[in-house]
Amino acid sequence: MKKYNQFKAMLSISKASFRSITRSPSAVVFSLAFPLIFIIVFGFIGKGGGVYVDVCVKPGSDTQNPIYKALSSNSVINFKKTESEAEMDSDLYKGRTDAILYIQKNNVNGNNFQPPFTINLQTSNASQEKGQILEMIINDIISHMNAAMLTNVPTLAELKTTQVTVHREYKTIDFILPGQLGFSMLSAGVFGTAFVFYNLRSTLVLKRFFATPIRREYIVLGECLSRLVFQLIGATIIIGIGWAVFGFTLVHGFVTIAQMLILSVIGLIIFMGMGFVVSGVAKNESTIPPLANIFTLPQFLLAGTFFPISAFPLWLQPICKILPLTYLNDAMRKVAFEGSSFFNPVVGKDILILFAWGVVVYFVAVKTFKWE
Amino acid sequence: MAFSKPIIISVKDLVKNYGDFQAVKGVSFDVFENEIFGLLGPNGAGKTTSLEIMETLRKKTSGTVLIDGLSVDNDQNAIKKIIGVQLQAAGYYPSLTLLELLNLFSGLYNVEIDKMAMLNKVGLQDKAKSKYKALSGGQKQRFSICTTLINEPKIVFLDEPTTGLDPQARRNLWDLIRDIRNNGTTVVITTHYMDEAENLCDRVAIVESGNIIALDTPDSLIDKLVATGFERKKEVKKANLEDVFLNLTGQEWRDE
Repeated sequence: MKKYNQFKAMLSISKASFRSITRSPSAVVFSLAFPLIFIIVFGFIGKGGGVYVDVCVKPGSDTQNPIYKALSSNSVINFKKTESEAEMDSDLYKGRTDAILYIQKNNVNGNNFQPPFTINLQTSNASQEKGQILEMIINDIISHMNAAMLTNVPTLAELKTTQVTVHREYKTIDFILPGQLGFSMLSAGVFGTAFVFYNLRSTLVLKRFFATPIRREYIVLGECLSRLVFQLIGATIIIGIGWAVFGFTLVHGFVTIAQMLILSVIGLIIFMGMGFVVSGVAKNESTIPPLANIFTLPQFLLAGTFFPISAFPLWLQPICKILPLTYLNDAMRKVAFEGSSFFNPVVGKDILILFAWGVVVYFVAVKTFKWE
Repeated sequence: MAFSKPIIISVKDLVKNYGDFQAVKGVSFDVFENEIFGLLGPNGAGKTTSLEIMETLRKKTSGTVLIDGLSVDNDQNAIKKIIGVQLQAAGYYPSLTLLELLNLFSGLYNVEIDKMAMLNKVGLQDKAKSKYKALSGGQKQRFSICTTLINEPKIVFLDEPTTGLDPQARRNLWDLIRDIRNNGTTVVITTHYMDEAENLCDRVAIVESGNIIALDTPDSLIDKLVATGFERKKEVKKANLEDVFLNLTGQEWRDE
């Protein structure tokens, strides 16, 4: 009799499992549809970025002075539509506007020490940053106009500015897309694997496989292989759409894509391990989602998927810094945008932490996984 | 069936304990080549446990079980290559078609098969491109039996193959099982249906609470009982209601 080929048996499981995944609506939705939707939404939000200061001009304010004219042509200042004084005050107290401006023309009467104009600026404690920006802009305008008026006055220092263009402009999509790849791997790895293995076990599909000569490990490997292939196809589609439609930065082109796919695989393997744990621990199908969420929800929120972890308060930072997805997202962004290789110390550290996580997860998975 | 045939399965003093519970209390029997051997008994008698031990799906506590001379303890992979197994209420990847599932099993057994011919054998050729989840109960059972034949096994184990099927489907499945036996395969089935054991099995072992309390051909068992002076309380009719139903509705494969 011909020698039994475990590998061939494993591949036939992979093929069947792959077909099963592609026909499962939830797999396609979580791996592909959700990440793409997030990318599209955040991608379009990102296009309109910029700092604006909303300013209301009080009725009766002098608008013929050079300062007002300079403010009008400044792209940062956004004069809001004329409102009544009461409406303006209400807006300021409610935090809907950043400042109220009132420029009064003074009756100088030949007094050289009284400024011709007084600029009254009212801000709120909610608009401190914007208020400061407005103050700076106004002071800048005044000092320029002073210097123009008084040409012979010596000055302590003069300011010369130049502006460089960055090699690569960091767009919102550059932040969002790696996060979404991580999210796709996370949900597919944990939820997908948990449901699949729970069902294979409870519907006795696994038991039927045991009656064939295939070894148990090859069954698991076959399933994992099919999920890996499916997710890699999904990741390639996500990267492709991100690059083609939103200008996602791929510094080294195909090499970068390959690096991102390798990182995706590392992440997916870790998350599949978590899925194995859930499939073994869950007592019935309805406990799978809450159990899986224990693994996915903290990472979804705290790993820098949608906004940087620096946005979180200090006491939350340590939690952010132990989650594996945090390091996956970080490595992905460095590889994609900065073109770092895997040997770069920061990326290397990310990968090592991911490997450490992998060891821990699979140690638990081997102990909790149930075959029947 | 009067001449002695070679023994293909040998079970001696088989014991299976689940903790304190003794599911199988030391049973011994032999299965001859090319017969339909039945384990008959109520649920919980230990039939499925004994079957699963023979199928190498469960470890025994003690005793010897030899399948075609191979030990269930040491030669599991060799045994798996020569047996076909139909589990009670097992599933398959539900969204795959029957052809795709046959592909899967041909890979698992490392064999090349003529898929349409296999589906023909069980009357499912029209459902080749249907998904498994779209099949009726009877069709699912037929497909299960189909997968047991993929590796041209020497022995086929069927666990309660007609449970939940209507009379037509049961009769047709019996014919299929007889065909399998007539092709040279040995069949071991468990059942709790008396009529199935009587109609289908060449020999029957009656199992109760982990023990075999009788083992013989159905006719011999009945003869022995009658010889003790047993008399049926009601007069035996020449036909029963099931015959009426089958006569009225015909015996073809029925799409449920």
